[in-house]
Amino acid sequence: MATGYTIKRNQYLDSVFLMQVAKRLSEEAGIEQVAALMGTEKNKGLLVGMGFEDAEILSAGPNDLIIVLKGKSPSAVNAILDNVDAWLLRKPSSISESVSRTMDEALVRQPHANLAVISVPGEYAPSEARRALERGLNVFLFSGNVLAEDELSLKQYARERGLIVMGPDCGTAIIAGVGVGFSNVVRPGPIGVIGAMGTGLQEFSTLVHQGGSGISHAIGTGSGDLSDAIGGISTLSALEALEADPKTKVIALLSKPPGAKTLTLLVERLNRCSKAVIACFLGIRKYPSEMDIAFTTAHTLDEAAALATQMATGKPVVRRGIGSQELQELVARERGGMAPEQKYLRGIFAGGTFCYQAQQLMRDAGLVVYSNAPLDGMLGLADPLRSVAHTLVDMGTDMFTQGRPHPMIDPTLRRERILAEANDPQVAILLLDFILGYNASPDPVGDLVEIIAKAKRTVSQRGGFLSVAASVCGTEGDPQDLQQQIRTLEEAGVVVLPSSAQAALFSGMLALSLQV
Amino acid sequence: MRKPVKTELEELLRNGPVVVNLGVREFAESLQDQGVEVVHVDWAPPAGGDTEMAELLDKLL
Repeated sequence: MATGYTIKRNQYLDSVFLMQVAKRLSEEAGIEQVAALMGTEKNKGLLVGMGFEDAEILSAGPNDLIIVLKGKSPSAVNAILDNVDAWLLRKPSSISESVSRTMDEALVRQPHANLAVISVPGEYAPSEARRALERGLNVFLFSGNVLAEDELSLKQYARERGLIVMGPDCGTAIIAGVGVGFSNVVRPGPIGVIGAMGTGLQEFSTLVHQGGSGISHAIGTGSGDLSDAIGGISTLSALEALEADPKTKVIALLSKPPGAKTLTLLVERLNRCSKAVIACFLGIRKYPSEMDIAFTTAHTLDEAAALATQMATGKPVVRRGIGSQELQELVARERGGMAPEQKYLRGIFAGGTFCYQAQQLMRDAGLVVYSNAPLDGMLGLADPLRSVAHTLVDMGTDMFTQGRPHPMIDPTLRRERILAEANDPQVAILLLDFILGYNASPDPVGDLVEIIAKAKRTVSQRGGFLSVAASVCGTEGDPQDLQQQIRTLEEAGVVVLPSSAQAALFSGMLALSLQV
Repeated sequence: MRKPVKTELEELLRNGPVVVNLGVREFAESLQDQGVEVVHVDWAPPAGGDTEMAELLDKLL
C-alpha cells in the first residue's frame, strides 16, 4: 500500500469535473482509492476520515485543489502525481469561447440574460443567487445545503420582483422546450408542470411524451418549497406564470405532502385556478375531510401523467404497462428458481422520488419496508449502509453524496450496494431505476449491467435466483439510446417495466408472493 | 395581438432562457447543445475562499 497527495494552490475546479477526474484516476492500474476535492473544511474532514492528516493538506483553502491517492505501489501513485496537470485538462468544448470571470462580466457579454443557473458550493449559493436576482435574472439554483432562512429571503425577494427561484436543490427544469440541469428531451405541448421533486418532473414529462402529448414548461421549485417554513412561494409564482402562459392548457403539480398550513393555502389557490389542474402529492394518505377540493388528484406519477395527457388531448389514454394477468405470470416465472430462504426485496435507487413513490405503493400493498428516507408510516433504516428485511435505499441522500457526485452520474456506490445485497442469502429481488437525459451518465445501464450479471451469478451459485426489476426514465430523443438501454437490461435477464411505479408494483407483488 | 407580459418569469417562459451559468460547466454545455445563448462564468470562491472577506465585499459592491 502506498499513499500520496498533491495540492494545486489557487486552482478552483467544479465538483462534477473533479468527480470525473477522480473516476478516471481510480480506473488506472494499481490505484485503489482517489479523492479530488477543493480544500473546504468539510472536504478536509472527509480526507482526514480517509487517513490524510498532513499539515499541508489541513492548511489548504477553498481555492486549493487537493488530490489524494492510495495505490498498490509507490510507482503507481507517483506515475499519476508526476503528471497530474495532464489529468486536469478539460476536453475542448465550444463553451470555452464564452467564459467570463464574474456574473457582471457575463452580463456585459449577454445583457439579455434572463436566467442564472447556479451550481456553486452551498455556502456561496445565497450570495450568488441574490446577486442574480438583483440584476433581474430568474434563478435555477442547483446548489444544496442552503439554509431555510436564506431560501425564504431569496424567494421573498424574487417574488416581490416578479422573478422565481427554482431551488435550492433543484435538479430539473424545462423552459420553453429547453432542458435545464437533469432533464429529458420531450415533445413541446400543452401541459405545464410544477415539481418539488426532480426525478418526479423527469418521470412525469417522459410519461406525458410517451402518452402522445407534450410539455410547455416544467418548473422545479426545490424540495422544501411547500414546507411551512417557505410557504410555497416559488410554487405560487410558477402557478401564476403557467396560468398566464398561452401555451399551457393543463397544469400539474408534483410534490411530497405540503406542510399543513401551506396545503390549506395551496388548495385554496388551486381551486380557483382558471386552467385544469392535477395535483399529485406523493405519500399523502388523505386530504383533511373539511377541505373542499375542486381539482383533480392523482395517486402516482403515472396516474398524474395519464390524467394530464387525457385532459390535454381530450382522448382517453391507453396507459403503457402490463395487465394484471401478465403481471401474475411474470411473478410466477420470476419466483420459480428461488431458494426457500429468499424472501426480501431491496430497492437501490438513484432517483429520490422513485424511492419515495415505491414506498407509497408498497405501503398500499401492505408490505412493510425500511428506508433511509422513510415515508410517513414506514420504518427508518438504523444504518443506511446496511439493508434489513425489505429495504428501499435512496442513494442520492446527503450521506451518500458527501464528497462525491449524485448516483445519476457516478455509479460507484450503487455498484457496491448491489453486490452487497446479492451476498445476503435472504435477498430475492432487486429493484433499480435508470435515469437518462441531459447531464446524466452517458450510459446509465452500461455502468451497472456487469454488476447486475455478477449479482445474479452470485445468487445462482448459491442455488437460488435473483429477480431484478427496473424502469428506465427517458425518451428516444435523449442523448443516451433509450431502446439500447432497455435491450441491454433485458439481455441481462432484467424485467424492464414501463415506469418506476410499475416496477415497484411488480417487485412488491413478487415480495408479497414470497411471504406466503 | 400578444398579451402584455407582466413579470420577468412570464417573460422567461414566453421567450425562452438566455443563460448565465455559474459553476458546473456541463450545465452550460448541455444548454449550448440545445442552441441556447449561454455565457459560462468560470466561478471560484470570492476573496480566495475567505468567507468574512467575501461578505464584506458583498456589502461594498
